[in-house]
Amino acid sequence: MAPLLEIKGLKTHFSTDDGILQAVDGVDISINKGETLCVVGESGCGKTVTAMSILKLIAMPPGRIAAGQIIFEGRDLVPLTSQQLDEVRAKEIGFIFQEPMTSLNPVLTVGEQIAESLRRHEAVTRKQALERTIEMLKLVQIPNAEGRVHHYPHQFSGGMRQRVMIAMALACKPKLVIADEPTTALDVTIQAQILDLLQDMKERFGMAVMLITHAMGVVAETAQRVVVMYAGKVVEEALVDDLFGDPRHPYTQGLIRSIPRIDLASEHKTRLEAIGGSVPILVNPPVGCRFAPRCRHAMSICTEKEPVLREIAPGHRMACHLGDAS
Amino acid sequence: MSQYVLRRILIAIPSLLGISVVLFVVLALAPGDPFSELATNPNVPADVAASLRAKFGLDDPIYLRYLHWISAMAHGDWGFSFVSRMNVDQLILQRLPATLYVVGSAQILALLIAIPVGVFAATKPYSLFDQIANTLAFVGFSLPTFFTGILFILIFSVTLDWLPLVYTTDVKGTGIHWVLEMIRQAIMPVAVLGLFQAASMTRFVRSAMLDVIRLDYVTTARAKGLGQAKVIVKHVMRNAMIPVVTLIALQMPAVFGGAIVTEQIFRIPGIGSLLISSILANDTPVVMAVTFVFACLVVLFNLIADVLYGWLDPRISLR
Repeated sequence: MAPLLEIKGLKTHFSTDDGILQAVDGVDISINKGETLCVVGESGCGKTVTAMSILKLIAMPPGRIAAGQIIFEGRDLVPLTSQQLDEVRAKEIGFIFQEPMTSLNPVLTVGEQIAESLRRHEAVTRKQALERTIEMLKLVQIPNAEGRVHHYPHQFSGGMRQRVMIAMALACKPKLVIADEPTTALDVTIQAQILDLLQDMKERFGMAVMLITHAMGVVAETAQRVVVMYAGKVVEEALVDDLFGDPRHPYTQGLIRSIPRIDLASEHKTRLEAIGGSVPILVNPPVGCRFAPRCRHAMSICTEKEPVLREIAPGHRMACHLGDAS
Repeated sequence: MSQYVLRRILIAIPSLLGISVVLFVVLALAPGDPFSELATNPNVPADVAASLRAKFGLDDPIYLRYLHWISAMAHGDWGFSFVSRMNVDQLILQRLPATLYVVGSAQILALLIAIPVGVFAATKPYSLFDQIANTLAFVGFSLPTFFTGILFILIFSVTLDWLPLVYTTDVKGTGIHWVLEMIRQAIMPVAVLGLFQAASMTRFVRSAMLDVIRLDYVTTARAKGLGQAKVIVKHVMRNAMIPVVTLIALQMPAVFGGAIVTEQIFRIPGIGSLLISSILANDTPVVMAVTFVFACLVVLFNLIADVLYGWLDPRISLR
């Protein structure tokens, strides 16, 4: 079965004063119908840019999709104009953004912001759109939906705003929802509620979810498949159990080790392990493996030759020279 | 809403009183008074002049004079112009329409230019259109109105003889002819004042738009597939207009100030030229009243801005 969305060799570049910033540099990601795929990595790894590139939501210029294909239901989205993409936006692919505090327009009621999407994509009257909006708000468990629909974003808490964002993204029942760190800006108890809600909605509407996050805990709880990104490239991809059970790439291993473990902490107090250094600035990326400067297993070949992403076990792919040696 | 407006009007009273105190004190300290001309007139004996001064209370202490003036103003007695030989309130009512007509039209012209140009320039920053608009705006607000005004007169009145040189209130003719003539004689002053305003406003609209256009909720709107026009008008402009409204309201004193110069150049018998001529003639009651009317207009426009603000931004509650 062909995947719902297939990103092939995507390169998204930004022109800056210092040169071309290769934010996304040859990424392959595919998502099947009804699947939850997590994309993980530190800030600055190109996760968000990858997601934004799908619907061309990056600022162009300075951004530019330099190469690659984004095939959604058999159609390449890259050559489409913004106008043609408007038919795909919200209707086929919904988007939930990171910051519920700033992602809603402060001068329009939340009802209007949800309803305008419905009115754009479906032949509904104003009244029908309002009814559907109230229905969506009930679905995302906003109390007193009939009254709240006329309220402005500043009258909602962060968690409630993210529920509004989810209702907005799901209003047109898209086949794929891209959630860009939907819980990062929320406090922990609300995070769990929002993830549960997202899971609930996914089951109800049968859509696929591409969940972008940097929290490995979120990955373990929600994902079926995981893509690990580092410095604009995919470094490892596996089913969630395989990834946590047998992480192959040193970066993935580092990410997993950096999860606080409450069960182990009680036995022996150990310092939480961190990955030293930070993500390189991708204007003139280092030759060879981009993770090499921070890698504890780095060999001489790592700074000379770039490792390619290849299958090491069924459905488990990674890009590291370590696999070659063993 | 009406309660909010009422409260704002009540707050305006003390600020207007404060302004009147300042105006009165400044004018009292300024050299010259309504009778200084009498004093230099050899036909008026010195003792007559002195008794006139005493009769009108000009030698009273300043606070008494102020109280006298403010209570008279409150009773609707705005005084008598010694130069024009008529009541000040009538004089102002005679002159105000011309000023409001020219200043109002100029502001409308400025908005009609600044908003579309600023918005369009912001949607395509650093494009050719943006560069040209920016350059023209820069030239526009670098040229003072007394320069462009005279330039316009030279080109359109003297050389080409298309437009009248002097603005008159008693336009001959009736009906459509009168309307056309009123428009024709206002073209130059409105253009000079309006283009000057439009220049700075365009740059402000553009930067306000650029501030909003990169915000997260604009990306959210784009992700809904609304289309460029709707995203810009409904999501960006609505938010960008909030600071623009403030700027326009704060600029109103400068606009009236600019109108004084423009009125002098085009000989518009408005309230600004009235102010200048009464200052030169030491016609104190008129100067006081005109400056006070200016103050009232500025306070009024601030009030309008506040109401617009509450309408544009639901986060500001009008309570």
